[in-house]
Amino acid sequence: MSALFSPFISKPDTVSAIMLRVLLALLPGIALYVWHFGPAILVSIALASLTALGTEALMLKLRNRPVMHFVSDNSALLTGWLLALSIPPLAPWWLVVVGTAFAIAIAKHLYGGLGNNPFNPAMIGYAVLIISFPAQMTHWLTPHGLGPVEVGFLEQLKYMFVGALPPNVTLDAVTMATPLDTLKTRLHLDESVGQIFEMPIYGRLAGQGSEMVSLGFLLGGLYLLAARIITWHIPVAFLGTLFAAAGIFHLADPAHYAAPLFHWFSGAAMLGAFFILTDPVTGPTTNKGKLIFAAGAGLLTYLIRAFGSFPDGIAFATLLMNICVPLIVLYTQPPVFGKKAKASGKEKGQP
Amino acid sequence: MRTLYQFNGGIHPPENKEPSTQSGIARAPLPSKLVIPFRQHAGAAAKPIVRAGDRVLKGQLIGMPDGFISSAVHASTSGTIAAIGAQPIAHPSGLPDLCATLIPDGREEWIAHAAPSTSLRTEFDYRNSDPAELRQQLRMSGVVGLGGAVFPGDIKLRPGNRKIDTLILNGAECEPYITCDDMLMRERAAEIVQGAEMLRFMLDAGEVLIGIEDNKPQAIAAMRQAVTESGLPFEVVVVPTIYPGGSAKQLIRVLTGLEVPSGKLPTDIGVQCFNVATAYSAYRALAHGEPVLSRIITITGNVRRAQNFEVLLGTPVRDLAALGEALPDTDRYLMGGPMMGLPLASTDIPLVKASNCIIAASDKLFPPAPPALPCIRCMRCAEACPADLQPMDLFWFSQSKEFDKAQQFSLFDCIECGACSYVCPSHIPLVQYFQFAKSEIRAREQDQQAADHARERHEFREYRFEREKQEKAEKLAAREQAAKQAQPAVPSMNPADAMQQKIQAAIARAREQAAASKPKNTENLTAQQQAEIAEIEARRAHIHELAKSAGEHKKE
Repeated sequence: MSALFSPFISKPDTVSAIMLRVLLALLPGIALYVWHFGPAILVSIALASLTALGTEALMLKLRNRPVMHFVSDNSALLTGWLLALSIPPLAPWWLVVVGTAFAIAIAKHLYGGLGNNPFNPAMIGYAVLIISFPAQMTHWLTPHGLGPVEVGFLEQLKYMFVGALPPNVTLDAVTMATPLDTLKTRLHLDESVGQIFEMPIYGRLAGQGSEMVSLGFLLGGLYLLAARIITWHIPVAFLGTLFAAAGIFHLADPAHYAAPLFHWFSGAAMLGAFFILTDPVTGPTTNKGKLIFAAGAGLLTYLIRAFGSFPDGIAFATLLMNICVPLIVLYTQPPVFGKKAKASGKEKGQP
Repeated sequence: MRTLYQFNGGIHPPENKEPSTQSGIARAPLPSKLVIPFRQHAGAAAKPIVRAGDRVLKGQLIGMPDGFISSAVHASTSGTIAAIGAQPIAHPSGLPDLCATLIPDGREEWIAHAAPSTSLRTEFDYRNSDPAELRQQLRMSGVVGLGGAVFPGDIKLRPGNRKIDTLILNGAECEPYITCDDMLMRERAAEIVQGAEMLRFMLDAGEVLIGIEDNKPQAIAAMRQAVTESGLPFEVVVVPTIYPGGSAKQLIRVLTGLEVPSGKLPTDIGVQCFNVATAYSAYRALAHGEPVLSRIITITGNVRRAQNFEVLLGTPVRDLAALGEALPDTDRYLMGGPMMGLPLASTDIPLVKASNCIIAASDKLFPPAPPALPCIRCMRCAEACPADLQPMDLFWFSQSKEFDKAQQFSLFDCIECGACSYVCPSHIPLVQYFQFAKSEIRAREQDQQAADHARERHEFREYRFEREKQEKAEKLAAREQAAKQAQPAVPSMNPADAMQQKIQAAIARAREQAAASKPKNTENLTAQQQAEIAEIEARRAHIHELAKSAGEHKKE
């Protein structure tokens, strides 16, 4: 049917194309992930994708919505990928399935589906998993060349799906605590940051391997900025606040607080700055609001990392700031044309 | 070099202006029938002063301005009035309006008017005329804003409470496809400049700025040359091409840095803005006594021969479509551009003063938008909005019919330019939602006004009954008094009468008290309702003021 109302032309831009480009922007990070940690993450991503699409279709069906119309918007796929990238690649298969299904069914569709969910679905999925299955959420792979033994891809698969490791290999031999986790535990043992960072798992900036993955996400994030899919406000405010908070503590007590760059390239900081906090549905719609939102998330992330009981804080920081979005938006409404402070106008008038 | 300013937002849709600028303005042949609406302007329709069967001359007044905001309507050519009645016109409602059907006799016989001079040297001495008379002349010549709003020109030229520092001539023409102003400036620049000077004189304005978007180099050159030749101190200012940069408030912002305050007029900040075609028609009306009988209209889109034509007002769209040789797969026509244009219900609809462009359209030219998805709050609409609104919020409120909130979020500052709909990746017809919300709010206000009116009438009726009763009682008392005086036998009031009087007084007091304490509809309201009422009252006061000034104008 032809349009009955103007405008009759529109920019050739679609939600599904935007989501697709965000997925593309994740590829450099994923590629580096595979390079440093092996292809197990690809299996997680595949599992998450299938679960996300399946749950999305099922929920749309239950809600009597046109299934193909919505499934093809790629938003569920993005949720699945972000969740898969947030949890350990060697986690059992059902962990990623449960997390993704929860994210799509509960966090997204029970709130009204695309565009209506107040909380970032991937982060809800993550929060549910880390609270319900804390042990399985620690199965992070050791980067290549660091572990005492290397297990092949097929053996990794076997572990993910049936929970069996090759004989003579213990789980501890192939997995390790994340650099953030290690830092936290060792600091409790009264070691200094300098001592801890001499461990082989640490690289130039942060964790060996994981710092490169973060760099990959940074690269993808810069593409999102260049493609004008996201604006600078959230990444800059988030990374800036994280840097500032970490910097202050680091300067005051470098033995107990890691340097700001370590925080930038550890955990999900880059993923959060460019891919998670920038979710338009659950973030604020005003530029000033975005700055407040992301700065809050940056501060919370640092506080959780430095003083909380979880090694990383992106998920909880995101969810806590999601709660504040309506309030932030209400108080950061930009002035409307013709309702601005008189500054730009009246004075000029009289010659 | 003049400092230019920016407005936020704006978009860059494909311009598609080249096809219709390849050849000059051609004169459309005389159609076999003209349908001339009596309302071709903002405000009240003109009152028909001819009847079916009358012979009329070209330029003859057939519709008298009726009311303060109104304008005259003329016969576009000589011929016979075949009918006066409702005909389909270009209006979003699709409702017909009063039109005169004119069958041309082909003689193009003019009324007596100042002979069109071939040279501009025979100057009309408007400088020694009274501006009020000139305005009246414009009103009777049907000169209205030809940029699209068709607001009567004489009203925009009335002296206000503030001196006009800047007169802006709008030659921006920001909407894609449309080139009528471009071609007019290329070919009739001298007349436009003369018209602008007349407008400046009537407004007693200071500087004159002619704003043209940088995608019209030939028009810019022509206008610059015309300004130089005229010796007038006007300035042709090249502004960046951006949609909707030709919207009056946005152009004023770009040229002067001033922002017309919300709900105010440009004149409130010392600026007035006219379209270049309006200046041209003002010149024709004042210098040559020619009323507005034709205008330049672009026929473009799905046509073989895109071009600009000078078309007699009242010409059916079909005739212009035929001139453009619309391609066979054309399935609809738009009046206006692709951003704000109106799809026409039929090709019988007449071309009027507001018609700047006819686009022959097909699904190939304007592919239908994919079905809408939910809003993902990506903010592209907010980035594109030239009024600095948050369209995604307005959409949310309009969709959920939270009209108070929509109004609170400045819904009425929306200029319906369509930039938000254009960029929306979810393909939500945002402008439609805003138009819906606006019309709902207006309807509700009208209901409220009607209710207020009814209540006032009811209260007056009660008051009248009371007053009549009192008057009767007074008369009765007076008569009794007179009777008493006539027979002074009884010295004092009879105790029963005195008692009766006391009772009456008590009843009256009780009634008064009851009236005072009777709960009205306007009591015990929520704060929100009170705020709404206050707003509506403010608007009503404004309307009253307008009406008052209209009354004063009549007295003049």
